[in-house]
Amino acid sequence: MKSAVIVFPGSNCDRDLAVAFRDVTGKDAAMVWHGESTLPDGIDVIGIPGGFSYGDYLRSGAMAARSPVMRAVAEAAARGVAVIGVCNGFQVLTEAGMLPGALMRNATLNFVCRDVDLTVANSQTMFTSQYADGQSIRIPVAHHDGNFSADEATLDRLEGEGRVAFRYAGNVNGAARNIAGIVNDAGNVLGLMPHPERMTSDAHGGTDGRRIFEGLFSALA
Amino acid sequence: MKTRVIVTLKSGVLDPQGKAVHHALTGLGFDGVNDVRIGKIVELDLADGTSEAQIDEMCRKLLANTVIENYRIEQA
Repeated sequence: MKSAVIVFPGSNCDRDLAVAFRDVTGKDAAMVWHGESTLPDGIDVIGIPGGFSYGDYLRSGAMAARSPVMRAVAEAAARGVAVIGVCNGFQVLTEAGMLPGALMRNATLNFVCRDVDLTVANSQTMFTSQYADGQSIRIPVAHHDGNFSADEATLDRLEGEGRVAFRYAGNVNGAARNIAGIVNDAGNVLGLMPHPERMTSDAHGGTDGRRIFEGLFSALA
Repeated sequence: MKTRVIVTLKSGVLDPQGKAVHHALTGLGFDGVNDVRIGKIVELDLADGTSEAQIDEMCRKLLANTVIENYRIEQA
């Protein structure tokens, strides 16, 4: 099982994501700089990490979404390679058009940094198979622009097609329909604002996030 | 050739920043402010002959996120 983590100038959760990948697979993830135009051969999983890529210039994730490596990521995703974007990674994936909607400034205007309760909205995705539908899990968030926004038709479609993977149990940032994470129509690209990689060992205070990675890598094994 | 691109949030998209500024204006005693919406201006210095279609493409591909934003192009 081969994984890669994309690194942009301003990424700051790239190492955390790589450690989560390594803990579950037993192999080091390839760290791929944003200026690369190709990915290592045979990659099964690509992680787009949290952080403040390009200083959040223009819009969060906007510059990163147009970087050379993202063309390779989009091509890999189109071939079925699994992609998980966390926090800024979710913003990058929406800006790249790989996931619908947009992440707006939190409705409270505050940077929200705390553990939040999530509900697993669909346990049938390749990322959520180790949870049960409706299961409550606790994972930290740390973001200023996590207010998921899309038009009503898009929201209805996401819900109707079971593409909402996670919801906030309460209002965290004003996100439409409390959406915390969604998958693309093919089901191989997940974007979520909470940080599962920060909840993968008892030393983190819990392992609720670890099952995303365990589920994903076992689904691909 | 100088061109300005004005990017604004679509109507109906919540603008918490505009709401906060609205609140602050009211707090400063400015009555009669019905609404505040905040956008951004991008000033472009372009080679002569850059077509409107090219500028439009720049807006769609990068300068605006058309999921949540509108844009308009003003030639200076």
